[in-house]
Amino acid sequence: MTVKPSPSPLHQPGPHESGYRHASGEARYVDDLPMLPGTLVCTIFTSPIARGKISSLDVSRARTSPGVAAVLTAAELPGSNRIGPIFHDEPLLAEAQLDYVGQPIALVVGESYAACRAAAAQIEFECEAHKPILNIAEAIAAESFHGEPHTIARGDVEQALAGAAHVLEGQFESGAQDHFYLETQAALALPLEDGNFHVYASTQHPSEVQHMVAEILGIGQQRVVCEVPRMGGGFGGKESQATGVAVLAAVAAQTTGRPVKVWLNREQDMLITGNRHPFATRYRAGFDEDGRFVALDIEIFSDGGFSSDLSLPVLDRALFHLDNAYYLPNLRFVGRACKTNLASNTAFRGFGGPQGMLATEVILDRLSEQLGRDPADLRALNFYGDAPRNRTPYGQEVRDNRLPRVFSELMATSEYRARRDAIATFNRNSVWRKRGIGFAPVKFGISFTKSVLNQAGALVLVYTDGSVQLNHGGTEMGQGLHTKMLAVCCHELGVVPEQVRVMQTATDKVPNTSATAASSGSDLNGQAVRQACATIRERLRPVAATMLGCDGQQIVFTQGMVRGNGRQLPFSEVVGQAYLEQVSLSATGYYRTPGIHYDHASGQGEPFYYFAYGAAVCEVEVDGATGEHRLLRVDILHDVGTSLVPTIDIGQVEGGFVQGVGWLTCEQMVNDSKGRPLTLGPSTYKVPAIGDVPVDMHVKLLERAPQAGVIHGSKAVGEPPFMLAIGVVHALRHAIHGFGGRVVELAIPATPEAILRAVEHQKTGALPG
Amino acid sequence: MSEAAFLLSTTVNGEPVTVAAPHHWTLLEVLRYKLDLIGSKQGCDKGDCGACTVQLDGEPVLACLTLAAHAQGREVTTVEGLGHCHGGCHPLQDAFDRWTAAQCGFCTPGILMSAEALIRKRGRAVEHTEVAEALAGNLCRCTGYTKILDAVVDASQQMHPAPGKE
Ligand code: FES
Ligand code: FES
Repeated sequence: MTVKPSPSPLHQPGPHESGYRHASGEARYVDDLPMLPGTLVCTIFTSPIARGKISSLDVSRARTSPGVAAVLTAAELPGSNRIGPIFHDEPLLAEAQLDYVGQPIALVVGESYAACRAAAAQIEFECEAHKPILNIAEAIAAESFHGEPHTIARGDVEQALAGAAHVLEGQFESGAQDHFYLETQAALALPLEDGNFHVYASTQHPSEVQHMVAEILGIGQQRVVCEVPRMGGGFGGKESQATGVAVLAAVAAQTTGRPVKVWLNREQDMLITGNRHPFATRYRAGFDEDGRFVALDIEIFSDGGFSSDLSLPVLDRALFHLDNAYYLPNLRFVGRACKTNLASNTAFRGFGGPQGMLATEVILDRLSEQLGRDPADLRALNFYGDAPRNRTPYGQEVRDNRLPRVFSELMATSEYRARRDAIATFNRNSVWRKRGIGFAPVKFGISFTKSVLNQAGALVLVYTDGSVQLNHGGTEMGQGLHTKMLAVCCHELGVVPEQVRVMQTATDKVPNTSATAASSGSDLNGQAVRQACATIRERLRPVAATMLGCDGQQIVFTQGMVRGNGRQLPFSEVVGQAYLEQVSLSATGYYRTPGIHYDHASGQGEPFYYFAYGAAVCEVEVDGATGEHRLLRVDILHDVGTSLVPTIDIGQVEGGFVQGVGWLTCEQMVNDSKGRPLTLGPSTYKVPAIGDVPVDMHVKLLERAPQAGVIHGSKAVGEPPFMLAIGVVHALRHAIHGFGGRVVELAIPATPEAILRAVEHQKTGALPG
Repeated sequence: MSEAAFLLSTTVNGEPVTVAAPHHWTLLEVLRYKLDLIGSKQGCDKGDCGACTVQLDGEPVLACLTLAAHAQGREVTTVEGLGHCHGGCHPLQDAFDRWTAAQCGFCTPGILMSAEALIRKRGRAVEHTEVAEALAGNLCRCTGYTKILDAVVDASQQMHPAPGKE
């Protein structure tokens, strides 16, 4: 192969690893894989009721319908019928009990989707409906919960509240959000000889798929390989909930002996899979004369849906982010996950962090509205600082707090103060349109809060022509993980991207991986890749030293060449010589995050390896007659340490921000009074479109900010920018406040209806129903 | 195939094609399941996401809402055919790669087909606002759209350099 020298791609702007294949159309996702002859497809028959019992289920007519190969119900499953990422409390197919509208009851397997649908219509099914629990309030009343409460406390809240200059009390809610990955859930299972299976799945967690397929089929894990070609978006929605789809495909493949694809169309995907957890919060907050927190007493309830899924860790992360960027001397946080008759809510970018943070941010907005203070200054006043103002509620020290720096740089570049003055003038002269500006800081803890998950592996193979196959345990969902791993690999081995092929993630290359989640993909896998590459490089060093006639220490691996003693050789020649000298050209790498731990019982520990920081300044204009708003300008300054690949990181910041704007302003999931979802497609469920983003968007990465102890000084970026969108809420509240000067009553999501109600309240003091 | 089929004769990416398909099949189904042209994606199947956008006689259409029979005797262009007149790589495809305008890439083919029609019809470099209008029916969940806007504007400038700027 010919190697043209180029600088190491590390820390350089660069294209996405699959960028050209995405644009040419040749990139294949699971549903695009060539189908072997005889491949079957499926339709899932689902529960029409939110809660009740199956009184009769007869699939015999459906089984004899033309083009049908099998109809599977819980009774036919060979091994276990229980799935779930932590507690196996979720039936793959419903047994006697029905727990939500859309719960899978039977899998119809056939030659075509039309044949499957026709057969599904012939399933004879009757059920007995019971009164469902459809929201947090009903769950609290019925004492229907997942797991135990989680409490974090410090100091004396009651005493601090009694002595506070200002006390705020209230309630606050945030809503569900559908992941709306453009590629819906999909899996293709191939039965192989000797009872083995190969499962292609669009999943963030191939190891969980492998393990659950083995358990449900009643076979050893060595018999199952799960491979992920790429995902068309994940956002947490394919962390645990891709597993059921893949397991169904595998069961059907085992039953029929033929390849089986399970692909959910958009409506089924939105019906069957869960969402971001809705949260309800009750709070009491106390402040001193200046507006510093003296106490925060918060009870949070999440809507977990029918099974536990990841609801308990999501709740933990919500509690860990109630403080956001602020020091709270006295506090009591209690969290509970509610069990309801809805699809099981699950991981979604931020994993409870946004919901926790939003509650405290709204409290600060209310205080500033009440006191007539600039909310940005109020926030800065409450930032973590020097000891003792550097301890999080769970006892972790906030080291290397970059928010004061982010605050001052962003205030200047966004011209916040001048624009706030200009807005005051604009609002005085405008009756129907008011503008608002908001500053939102974010501090987000990085690591899986279940400490054991913070481990990763890699496998690097070097071939005699100097080319490289790179395997690591992370999955590619568009976030650019492969691009970053490629950059790390090129840097460590001194090769160029053209020499390296990033392999599809597969469980036969790296075993027992954690999900690609918690923003941890590049931190964990990057270290493993670095270690594997370094092992091979150090084996090559003495070979090169002999070839070039110098000391090993003088050898430099760079840009596809190996240099030393004033000479250079192509990497491929050194590799070829190493082969002849019987030097091993493959290596594994392994990494685990050091020093993190958390004790649930005491609510204390060091759950995070470090914190990521960022802030946004957003400006909006609200139309008081229609409730509509426009996002006029956004300035973001975000801390990614020393970026591994800046183009990728900026894409994460922009995309995360806009997704957060969707959650907070336009995405609203609606169920009817029987728990039937009414928003099952983009025509009724509005995700941000191209016209919703501001043309005037300035995204900058914090400069000169290397993070010690993380791969090449970088920081995690997947989730933290999502919460920068809270700045839009601050801006909306500021604009709405302009209509009447009262404390703002704005529901989330801030849809035009919600804004219109809030504007009416400003004018009349009453909240229209 | 148990279902009654008809013979569809059409031109796909410049090549004459004759293929048997059930009457109720959409153009998207024929492209994906009969011709293995998997670049066009199925994002919602209801005409609401734009992932399936292809061109029929040069006009962007949603292949999930277009019956295959509708393409009888007409010219279908998909993302796979976009680069044909440009030595394999259309300036839009190149710009999307350079601008990191695709993250997961699932929306990309549909967006390219909408954008190409816009630039061709305008016959000049385009601006952000008209790109936003032309792409109003194409959802992207990953990027936040800014790099998509930049890439389309950039490609149009490459294709129609301002006089004196060459
Ligand atoms: S698949 Fe055609 S518009 Fe969504
Ligand atoms: S890049 Fe993923 S949907 Fe657009």
